[in-house]
Amino acid sequence: MAFTKNTSSVDESLRTELAKKGVLWTSLDFLYNWGRRSSIWPMQFGLACCAFEMIAAACARYDIARFGAELFRASPRQADLMIISGTVTKKMAPQVVRLYNQMPEPKYVLTMGACAISGGPFVDGYNVLRGIERYIPVDVHLPGCPPRPEALLHGLMELQKKIASQEILKAEWYKKGLKREFPIPELGPNGLIPKFNPEVWQPAKKNPRREHYGQTILVGKKLKAPDFELAVTAKPIAPRAAA
Amino acid sequence: MTNIVEIKNTDLAQTLEINFGPQHPSTHGVFRMTVQLEGEKICGLRPIFGYLHRNHEQIAENLPYAAIMPYTDRLDYVNALSNNFGYALTIEKLAGIEVPERAEYIRVIMAELARVVNHIAVIGFMLNDLGAFFTPLLYAFRERERILNLFEEITGSRLMNNYFRVGGVKRDLTGENLAGIQKIVSRFPAFLEEFEALLTKNEILCMRCQNIGVLSAKTATNAGITGPVLRASGVNYDIRKVDGYSVYNRFDFKIPLGEKGDVYDRFYVRILEIRESLKILDQALSTIPPGEIMNKKSLPMLKMPRNFKPPVGEAYGRVESPKGELGFYVVSDGTPQPWRYHVRAPSLINLTVLEEMCLGQKIADAIIILGSIDIVLGETDR
Amino acid sequence: MNISVEEVKKEIETHLPNVKLRLVRDSILIENPEDLPQVALFLKESPRFLLDYLSSVTGADYLTFLESVYHLYSMAQKRGPVTLRVRVTKNNAKVPSLVPVYRSAELQEREAYDTFGIIYEGHPDPRRLFMWEEFQGYPLRKDYAQEDTEVLEIADIAWLETRGIEVPVEMKEKAKTLHAAGQRAVAQKPEKPRP
Repeated sequence: MAFTKNTSSVDESLRTELAKKGVLWTSLDFLYNWGRRSSIWPMQFGLACCAFEMIAAACARYDIARFGAELFRASPRQADLMIISGTVTKKMAPQVVRLYNQMPEPKYVLTMGACAISGGPFVDGYNVLRGIERYIPVDVHLPGCPPRPEALLHGLMELQKKIASQEILKAEWYKKGLKREFPIPELGPNGLIPKFNPEVWQPAKKNPRREHYGQTILVGKKLKAPDFELAVTAKPIAPRAAA
Repeated sequence: MTNIVEIKNTDLAQTLEINFGPQHPSTHGVFRMTVQLEGEKICGLRPIFGYLHRNHEQIAENLPYAAIMPYTDRLDYVNALSNNFGYALTIEKLAGIEVPERAEYIRVIMAELARVVNHIAVIGFMLNDLGAFFTPLLYAFRERERILNLFEEITGSRLMNNYFRVGGVKRDLTGENLAGIQKIVSRFPAFLEEFEALLTKNEILCMRCQNIGVLSAKTATNAGITGPVLRASGVNYDIRKVDGYSVYNRFDFKIPLGEKGDVYDRFYVRILEIRESLKILDQALSTIPPGEIMNKKSLPMLKMPRNFKPPVGEAYGRVESPKGELGFYVVSDGTPQPWRYHVRAPSLINLTVLEEMCLGQKIADAIIILGSIDIVLGETDR
Repeated sequence: MNISVEEVKKEIETHLPNVKLRLVRDSILIENPEDLPQVALFLKESPRFLLDYLSSVTGADYLTFLESVYHLYSMAQKRGPVTLRVRVTKNNAKVPSLVPVYRSAELQEREAYDTFGIIYEGHPDPRRLFMWEEFQGYPLRKDYAQEDTEVLEIADIAWLETRGIEVPVEMKEKAKTLHAAGQRAVAQKPEKPRP
C-alpha cells in the first residue's frame, strides 16, 4: 500500500525482546494509533444493496466484531467511520454531506461499492450522483457490486493501516483554523447546486466515456413511436398442463 | 436523524412534527416519513420517497432486453431471483418464447429458495425493530448464509444473481447442487422449530404486536395491497395459485391466511409461508425431469443480444414475489431496446395504507408496522 | 382465467351508451378521457366482472401523445387482466383521477405525474413523488434534456463564491460563455441508441 509505515524511533527488535520479558516500550504515536484503529465505530448508513453485505459482515460468519468495529452507531455524533454503502442519489447527497459534517474528528469515509465511488451501473441516470467524492474527501474506495463481506474487511484493514501511519504532531484535527466541514449542496431545478465542490474533486481532463463511446451519457433517443394497431400480435403461449 | 421541525399550537392540543429522516437505525433503507404527534399518539403521517430513485426505467429504455436482467436484480435486492423471474416471464410473454420443462422446475426451486431467504431476513429485521437488538437477526442470518452459499455455487454470486435468462436459466443444476438444496430443506424445519419455540408464544411479542396496525380486507383490496400483508388480512389471493404461471399448478401447497390483519398475523403468515415453500421445494426436488435448460430459439439472442427484436406489442407479466405482486409492463417497438419499461413495485403500493394503519398508535408502534409491511427501497424508488 | 376483451367492451357499451371505445390489440381505448372514472366504477361494481383490484397505473410517451394505461384484475373471481388506456396530448395532459374509485392509484398517479407530466384531476395530493418540488421537467419524456454534471454553470459558481470556495479560472470562463449564449449545460445524447 502507498501509506508509509509508522516508523517510530523505537527499534522493532528491541521492542519484541523487551516484550518477551514483560516490559512494554513504545512511542506515543504507536499507542495512540493502536487504540484508534482497533476500535473504529462505523455509522450505520446503508443506502442500498451494499448495505446487505455490510450487515452480513457484521453477522456471525464474517465477524466484524473481531476488528473492534461491531458497534454500529445510529447517530453520527458518536461514530468515527462512515461506510457509504449504496448509490448516492442527488436527493440524498445533501443529507450525506450534512451527516459528514456532524461527525466529530477524527473521521474517515469508506465508500463501499461501485455506486458510491463513481455512480456504478446507474451512472446514466438523471438522479444519480456520480460518486460521493465530489463533495466530501474519501479515504478508502472499495470496488465491487456488491463487494463481498470479506472485501469490506479488507477495506477496513487498509483503513487501519492508514490510521497506523498518522502522527499526532502532524494531525490535521489538532490544527488551528481547520476547515473540515463542507458546504451542503442544495436541490436546484435540474440537479444539485453546485455540481461538485472544486476544492474536493475536479473532473479529469480526459473523460474516458467520451473517448470510448463518443458522449458522456448513453441514453439515446428514438425517433419513431410504435403503432400498435397495424402490426401482428405474437402468438400467446399455451399455459403448461398440470401433470 | 430525528430532528424537531415545528411545534404547532392547535385549539385542542399541541402537536409535534418529527422527521424520521432518511438515515435511521431501522434498516429499511433510505425511507423518510414526517410524523405528527400528540404526546405519543400519532395523528398524521406522510411518507417521502425518492432518496434511492436510480432511474431504472430510463436506463432500461436504452439497453437490449438481455442486458436489463442484471438491473432487475437490484430492484428488490434482498432476493434478487424473484425479480429475474418476473422479467423473464414478461419478455417470454411478449415474444412468445417457450421455456423447457427442466428450466421451469429450476426456476421454481430458485424462486422458493429466494422466498425463504427473504422471509427469514424480514422476520429477523422485524424482531430487530421490536428491540431484540440483533440476536434473532444473527440466527436468521446464519441460516441465510447457508442458502447464499448455495446461490454462490449455482449462480456465481451471493446477492445479485442474474441467473435467469429469457427462455431458460443460465446454468444447469448438478447432482451436487441438488443434494445441497435437499440438505438445506431437511435441516430448515429444525431451525424454524427453534425460532418458533422462542418467539411465537413470547409474551413481549404478543403484547406488542397483537391488535396493532390492523388492516381490513376491504381496504386492502381497494388499495391494491398484495403479498403476505393482504393474506394476513384474510383475503385468499396468491398469484401462484391464481395465474398458475410456470409449473406451480403441479405442486400441492396451501396458502396461509390470517384473521385480524395485525402485525402479529403478518409475522406468523410469513413463518407459515416458509413451511409451504419447503413443501414445494421437496416436491420439486423429487420430480425434476432431465432435459435442456434453455430454449434453442433464444440461444442466438444470448450470443448476439442486439439481434433480439420482439414483435411490436406490449405485455404485462406478474409474479408472486415475497413482498407482493411484482409486475413488469414492457412495450416493444420492434427494435432491440424496449420503448417503455415499467415495474409495478409491491413495496410502493403497500405503503399507501401506512398512514391509515398508524393513526392512533404510539410512535414505537409505527416502526414495527413499517417493518411488518416489509419494504425494500430499491423497489419502492426504483 | 382470462377475460375476453370483446365481452368487456360489449358489456360497457350496453350499460354506458355514451362512452366511445375502441379495441387496440388486447386493450380498450377510451376515446374521451373524461369517461374514465365512469367506466372504472362500472367495471368495479358489475356483478359479471367484479374488477375490484387495480394492479398498475402507468404513463407512456408516444411522441405525439401521452398515454395512461391501467391494468385491472378481479380478486373476488380470480380473473383478469383487463387493460384500459387513455390518450392525451402533451399540451393538454389532463386525465381524471381514479383515486375515488381505487385507492391503489394514489401513489402510482403521482409517479406518472412526476415522470411524464400527466395531470390527474381530483387527486387528493398532486405532488411529485420521487423528485423534489423545485425540479423542473418531466424526466421520462423522450425529449427531456439531462444536465451535464461535469460542467459548472453560473448559478453553481455564484453559490461557491459566496461560500468562499475557489473556482479554477477555466471553469468560470466556460460558465460565462454558456450563460451568454443562453444555454444550459446539457449532456450530449447520442443520435440513436446503442446499435
